[in-house]
Amino acid sequence: MNANSRWAKLRQTEAANGLMMISPTALYAILMLAAPLGTILLYSFLTDGYLEIVRDFTFANYIEAWTNELYRSVMIRSLGVSMVVTLVTVVLAFPIAYFVSFHVEPSKKSLWLFLITIPFWTSYLIRVFLWKVILGYNGVINSGLLGLGFIEEPLTFILYNVNSVVITLAHAYAPFAILPIFVALEKIDRSLLEAGQDLGESKFMTFLRVTLPLAMPGVIASVLIVFIPTIGDYVTPQLVGGPEGRMVANLIQLQYLKLDNYPLGSAIAVSAMGIVTLVSLIFIGLNRRYLKGPK
Amino acid sequence: MMKGGWFKVYAIGYLVFLYAPIIILPMFAFNDATVIAFPLTGFSTRWFSAMMEQPTLSLAVKNSLFIAVTSAVLATTLGVFAARASTRYRFPMKAGLMGLIMLPLVLPEIIVAVSLLVVLLGLGVSLSLWTVILGHVLICTPFTIAILSSAFQSLDQSLEEAAYDLGESAASTFRLIILPLVMPGIISSLLISFTISLDEFIIAFFLAGTEPTLPVFIFSQFRFPAAVPVIMALGTVLVCLSIVLLTIAEYFRRRGIAKSGGKDTGGFL
Repeated sequence: MNANSRWAKLRQTEAANGLMMISPTALYAILMLAAPLGTILLYSFLTDGYLEIVRDFTFANYIEAWTNELYRSVMIRSLGVSMVVTLVTVVLAFPIAYFVSFHVEPSKKSLWLFLITIPFWTSYLIRVFLWKVILGYNGVINSGLLGLGFIEEPLTFILYNVNSVVITLAHAYAPFAILPIFVALEKIDRSLLEAGQDLGESKFMTFLRVTLPLAMPGVIASVLIVFIPTIGDYVTPQLVGGPEGRMVANLIQLQYLKLDNYPLGSAIAVSAMGIVTLVSLIFIGLNRRYLKGPK
Repeated sequence: MMKGGWFKVYAIGYLVFLYAPIIILPMFAFNDATVIAFPLTGFSTRWFSAMMEQPTLSLAVKNSLFIAVTSAVLATTLGVFAARASTRYRFPMKAGLMGLIMLPLVLPEIIVAVSLLVVLLGLGVSLSLWTVILGHVLICTPFTIAILSSAFQSLDQSLEEAAYDLGESAASTFRLIILPLVMPGIISSLLISFTISLDEFIIAFFLAGTEPTLPVFIFSQFRFPAAVPVIMALGTVLVCLSIVLLTIAEYFRRRGIAKSGGKDTGGFL
């Protein structure tokens, strides 16, 4: 068999066809995503010289990122904020996904999902800024509460701190949390729920023992899809966070664009991603144990 | 109480929470006061006319449109390859490659931005609108794949086999049979990528160099309280525009699924 026909035969196999078909997109992702991510990993071990990067291998950036009180507190705060945001977003989103999946007529489901996703696609910057207007000193909430006579003077604990960051991020990522849960709920075979009730479980117990475990893959997906990006959000802490609401993305931006310290910026970025990955893995592991059930 | 009554009350409350900023936006865009605060003082369209006279704004709009159109076309092209490969073929490293391609969906944008910045500066590439496009294609592609996969998935493979049997080549089958059937999905994916790119801030902020894009311009104006009413007017225009684009995208997405005989699972994701 000559090489030519062997090549022709190879081209006909499914694997080769698939690889050829995906190669443009895969190459793009490798060149523009995998290689750059590898580069910042590399940079995080290099030394920052004046105006240039010195090619000396060092752990100094990581030591700085993990021991400097400022960096460490921002990192811990970011982690805390994104955990709270994830919890709030997913807990608030679950009933909506449940409502659309179980109580909305099939013909209207698409419309509901469309209504839920629209705000997500409209000018992120302006939406964040408007939360400043809603939560601010003369904002919607304060003037509303003052007008109704519930408070004597404007509330100040709702803007320029961690609270406002949590509210704004929970709003921004809401649709992201609803969709995966909805998809998981849609897949549940409705006859299983009837079976649960026929066998004498209450509605609530059926929910706990049938619906919730079956919806878990969706819940996991929404937890991850909210938790991972929120820790790196820049705009929200910058606009509504104030000095005590700064998060890790603001720190990364400061290192890269203001202080020009690429190695330290890279070390902070890699550390943040490492922590996020670790927390996500622990979460997935705990969930596996939950799904296995009590012994 | 009707079925799901409390759920419905909650759902409507939730929608109010989701739409609160968008409802407040036009109030200030048409409000005749320089300060963004309640109570409203009176109706005025002066912020819209002031918006028209902003010289930087028209440049930013031009730049953003160029970036968004180019990114949408490139991301959708890459999306077609990946969606077709993942729905039609089984091949080695499929999960790994698809995982990498879909990674920007969860990766914080700032990580994408700084890693591209480091590489581009390291290679001596000067920052321009094209460097922004590189980043935008990366973050739009996963969304195009999500939309296009459902279009390709609902494709009946026997149609394709029939075309081969009738003597069409792989390329002409793709052009004559597959492409028309997934066309609505392609249009929907173009519109979604366009909307994402037009709205994207972080990557443009890091990679645009000195060129303004629309979100970078908006962000810079937040520092000047006097400029904010104009931004509210601009925001109103942008929100209306994206609702129109999304409605068209949703129309095509549904038509695409209906056309190829699939079942609508709802949503873009």
